[in-house]
Amino acid sequence: MAQVVQGAYAQRNTDDHPPAHTPGYKTSVLRSPRNALISIAQTLTEVTAPHFREDKFGPKDNDLILNCVQDGLPIGERIIIHGYVRDQFGRPVKNALLEVWQANASGRYRHPNDQYIGTLDPNFGGCGRMLTDENGLYVFRTIRPGPYPWRNRINEWRPAHIHFSVIADGWAQRLISQLYFEGDTLIDSCPILRTVPSDEQRRALIALEDKSNFIEADSRCYRFDINLRGRRSTYFENDLT
Amino acid sequence: MNLWNFEELHETPSQTGGPYVHIGLLPKQANIDVFEHNFGNSLITNETQGQRIRLEGRVFDGLDIPVRDVLIEIWQADANGVFPSRADTRVGKVDANFLGWGRTGADFDSGLWHFETIKPGQVPGRKGSMQAPHIALAIFARGINIGLNTRVYFDDEVDANAKDPVLNSIEWIQRRQTLIARRDERDGQAVYRFDIRVQGPNETVFFDI
Repeated sequence: MAQVVQGAYAQRNTDDHPPAHTPGYKTSVLRSPRNALISIAQTLTEVTAPHFREDKFGPKDNDLILNCVQDGLPIGERIIIHGYVRDQFGRPVKNALLEVWQANASGRYRHPNDQYIGTLDPNFGGCGRMLTDENGLYVFRTIRPGPYPWRNRINEWRPAHIHFSVIADGWAQRLISQLYFEGDTLIDSCPILRTVPSDEQRRALIALEDKSNFIEADSRCYRFDINLRGRRSTYFENDLT
Repeated sequence: MNLWNFEELHETPSQTGGPYVHIGLLPKQANIDVFEHNFGNSLITNETQGQRIRLEGRVFDGLDIPVRDVLIEIWQADANGVFPSRADTRVGKVDANFLGWGRTGADFDSGLWHFETIKPGQVPGRKGSMQAPHIALAIFARGINIGLNTRVYFDDEVDANAKDPVLNSIEWIQRRQTLIARRDERDGQAVYRFDIRVQGPNETVFFDI
């Protein structure tokens, strides 16, 4: 009987992603290649990726409410965000590294280059990280970030969002993106979210309120699933060797 | 959703890492001391096998201005060409003192970045071919909607480079040069320079992997 062999990652559907050159998001104009990407047949380099060991993570790494406290709790709405990381064929992605970063409740980032008048919160850093479990599940706790102004058009505001980064089983799966919150009225006009070419794909970046998982007298909850590329199953030969 | 087809999920769309990518991915560069173990630009320990090298460069935009808020990651095989990854069936033979992966940010003033690593061995390619020593490199930044993937090759591997299936798949022969790091020596250490041009006449080759 033929043995199932893991092949290359299925070709990326470029229509699922923003193009590099998106003039509505002005900074992209000088930071986008003008030549076509060169498509290469994947090799071991593209189907492998680093491992991250659990013992390198601390117990508060995924708790943004507590991981930078100085003299009290951070100010803002306490929320939990959770969801599954899966590949495009629906398989759970285990032991993936998920890293998140965000502004505080005032819309201010703890970063030397952020000069926004919104106040820093001495008890909030805005970064966290975690590994997905055996089922591809992740969870972190944080303060809901505030919207903030930025230089694009003269009166441009980012909807509230959390940046995230995923490193999974293959270099070809590497992904950095941003999650938004259901009901945020700034979402529709955001030039950065509008770089994503379809309504369906823009919706895929909006975390949904998950009332069943609110924690009474403590935190609200959002559900946000992440889909990565998946490896083809080839039944007859390993096309990578 | 199609009713006449099996269901396949769409990949979550990419978005820019933004100007404050350091908070999440290199918190120490943003002066945030939050994690006990931090990721960084050194892939080696004293025990790592292989020739020590420094890989350095800058990333330039379409006006030839250094991109000073760029984040760079590299992924490479060990000195014997084995990847420290479950997906490499030879992983049992990997150098246990080599992570294979590193991450750094450009200097906020100069735009310079660097990694301390080893020169990778040759890695098998497809269908019995052999790839020249190379390092996969990805960049993320404000204004970059989807991470740009490229590869670093070495200018002292002329023969291996000439046979490399990925380099040879680049139809525009002169553009292959944009992937070759230039060797230099500094204080007795091998330094490879790899400047990346996101746009312009000498635009670096970026791959759809």
